[in-house]
Amino acid sequence: MSDHTPKPEELIQISYRPPERDWLDPAVEFRRGTFCYSAAPRHLEYLGLPNPRSWQPFEEDWKLPPDWRRIILEGLKERLEKFRSFRLFMDICVRCGACADKCHFYIGSGDPKNMPVLRAELIRSVYRRYFTLAGRLLGRLAGARDLTEQVLKEWFYYFYQCTECRRCSVFCPYGIDTAEVTMIARELLNLVGCNINWVLEPVANCYRTGNHLGIQPHGFKDSIDFAVDDLEQITGVRVEAPINRKGAEVLFVVPSADYFASPHYYTLLGYLALLHEIGLDYTFSAFAGEGGNFGLFTSHEMIKRLNAKIYAEAKRLKVKWILGGECGHMWRVLHQYMDTMNGPADFLEVPVSPLTGTRFAHARSTKMIHIAEFTADLIRHGKLRLDPGRNDRWRVTYHDSCNPARAMGLLEEPRYILRHVVNHFYEMPENTIREQTFCCGSGSGLGTDENFEARMRGGLPRASAVRWVREKHGVNLVACMCAIDKATLPPLFDYWLGPGAVEVAGVHELVGNALILRGEQRTTDLRGEPLPAAAAQEAPHA
Amino acid sequence: MYVIHALAAVLLLAAAGYLGGSLPGLRPLFGIVLPYAGILLFLVGLSRRVVRWALSPVPFRIPTTCGQQRSLPFLKPNRLDNPSTTLGVIGRMGLEILLFRSLFRNTQAEVRPPARLIHSEAKFLWLAALAFHWSLLVILLRHLRFFLEPVPAWVTALHGLDGFFQVGAPVLYLTDAVIVAALAYLLGRRLADARLRYFSLASDYFALFLLLGIALSGIWMRYFSKVNIPEIKQLALGLVTLAPGVPPGVGPLFFLHLTLVSVLLAWFPFSKLCHMAGVFLSPTRNLANNNRTRRHVNPWNYPVKVHTYQEWEEEFHDKIVAAGLPLDRE
Repeated sequence: MSDHTPKPEELIQISYRPPERDWLDPAVEFRRGTFCYSAAPRHLEYLGLPNPRSWQPFEEDWKLPPDWRRIILEGLKERLEKFRSFRLFMDICVRCGACADKCHFYIGSGDPKNMPVLRAELIRSVYRRYFTLAGRLLGRLAGARDLTEQVLKEWFYYFYQCTECRRCSVFCPYGIDTAEVTMIARELLNLVGCNINWVLEPVANCYRTGNHLGIQPHGFKDSIDFAVDDLEQITGVRVEAPINRKGAEVLFVVPSADYFASPHYYTLLGYLALLHEIGLDYTFSAFAGEGGNFGLFTSHEMIKRLNAKIYAEAKRLKVKWILGGECGHMWRVLHQYMDTMNGPADFLEVPVSPLTGTRFAHARSTKMIHIAEFTADLIRHGKLRLDPGRNDRWRVTYHDSCNPARAMGLLEEPRYILRHVVNHFYEMPENTIREQTFCCGSGSGLGTDENFEARMRGGLPRASAVRWVREKHGVNLVACMCAIDKATLPPLFDYWLGPGAVEVAGVHELVGNALILRGEQRTTDLRGEPLPAAAAQEAPHA
Repeated sequence: MYVIHALAAVLLLAAAGYLGGSLPGLRPLFGIVLPYAGILLFLVGLSRRVVRWALSPVPFRIPTTCGQQRSLPFLKPNRLDNPSTTLGVIGRMGLEILLFRSLFRNTQAEVRPPARLIHSEAKFLWLAALAFHWSLLVILLRHLRFFLEPVPAWVTALHGLDGFFQVGAPVLYLTDAVIVAALAYLLGRRLADARLRYFSLASDYFALFLLLGIALSGIWMRYFSKVNIPEIKQLALGLVTLAPGVPPGVGPLFFLHLTLVSVLLAWFPFSKLCHMAGVFLSPTRNLANNNRTRRHVNPWNYPVKVHTYQEWEEEFHDKIVAAGLPLDRE
């Protein structure tokens, strides 16, 4: 946060009155706090992406290649031919406006070009101009406009002000998915080197080292070892956390933030405790040490380039199946893209829980299941001894992250777990959870500090729902299963609800707190806070 | 401002139709050539559009899931909003196409101080859209009485049903009233809401004015001016039996109606109205969420440059060894 960040009282003065000028005339202002900085050329060079150079969005000259217009239009044509979704979404929108106030960025900013309909029109207007007869003949009257540098700048601004959360597509009568339009638009922008550092640095790091943060193998091992030591101090139980071990039954892939950021780290402790307690034969991989995939925010090709490591490593390590940790967009890739791009995973076996015998037939093709599915099944079969009283200092609500909700339907698994590991669980209003969940406002690679104002605006609907549940039920903890949520919800709630008003935790942190380990000696929860009196006394005898 | 363009265009077309029906020399053009051109453009244009959509593959299976997935046996999946089977998809599409399921979810969001987001019900868009589309369908089916001889019993029954309330003479069709009310609402909404006005294009207004023009001219002919129904039927039958002719008793008002219909047909495939066909093809709705159960094949899936384990191990060899992590060969 910097000194030009508006205060919440200022930010909430949102005008929904559209400007006078026609939206077809491009107008974009790169005001500090509302956009992300450009990607450093070294990342583009490392990845072999076009047009690496030093530039910034607020500069006049974007140093585009001389034939940038041809590149974009050819790229557009190619994608119209490759994606039915894209071609269809260019043609069938009736501009009914049902999507308009479904977008968190529109709600929080009042900027009409943040309405999903108009966000897509930014590119549709160019499509009409160059690819339809009416657009060629009638121009503006048909909603068509020339592709100019100003239009390109507008694309950059608004397509990096969409978190690909898909909320609008729930409400669209034709299922038009702005995430799909944004993904294609970003691909096009990438063709002429207009990308942001917060996306491409993680991509380059992940490509090289295996994780977004660029942690090298020894650093990865240190982080995991540190967590093992920490967990021993808290619980008195020494766990194993093997890395790159061949022949394990399961490869466990988590988002890298779990071993490097807070409060994600407590979720990692939760996983380690759980997997130790049930004696799962698993291994981490330092090579495939990242479940997250910022390729999703770059191009379809980049999704595939980064995602390839997971099956490759599963094959090399000769595991039977793959378990995935808590993450949002990671699961969009694993669920909707991985098998198509890098499958078939015929060298793996259908996941079977060694504890319960449950065969996860719904994942019989990808051979990869979500840890919430795995844990819910353990709880259902009574395989875990749980004391939800240990989480009694929390009054908990659950924030569905966009992708597991709207690209998967992982809604009840985490709720089932939460109801068994906490005593005080309250839902936010219906319009803000499950498939109608609101984004944190920082997804799709926009969670950087230079973009702070846009993030706070985008996160307003979520913060508002949390405020409601806090006032009504005294909620003081938002549980979630997304690494970006865990990183960006705390500053969001601090901003809108006051510092420290509400905290954020992963579901498996709460599992780790409630879980009674054999031989444990613990007086604190995973954050080092004293366990509630009753629970603490009970624990040693359990 | 685009609303003026659109209104002017429709009025001009209506005037042209009326004129075409008034001038004997133009009657064959407006009574025969234009309708055929409209139908031809409709059929060819819409087929071309659909074929073009169909030629673009569906590289990824990307349903928008709006309910619980099928995963564990003790969690109840939402079979319609998150279908995992073809049957479920048919159900979902059925709800979408017949009842506008997604639009039914519509709410209105507004922010009130201090930073409070309030959702309120907003079902009128859904109601008006549904009322319009169903009325249009019934009206189209009712019109079969002009194209079929003898008139099938079900068409007659439909007339009876639509005129159930028996108001006035001739009997008022419910759908006539509903379609005008629905179109008026959709137009009024587009004009009254600053947000909608901001992004509405000329074509959005054009569609509404055109449909209103068609509906109103039809209503005028039925209830107010006496038109020669037998001769109109003769014209209609002539068109469908490919033995066209323009009977002398068909008045200019009918030509106005026919002209607007022809323009609608001709324009349909090239406008947003093609959503009628497109809605069936939407990949976020017409695919089952069985991604992890059955592999979806991308026809243009191509090999990409990846960073292999061997390259990775080579680059970080010493650090891997120093950290005590196993190498691949061990």
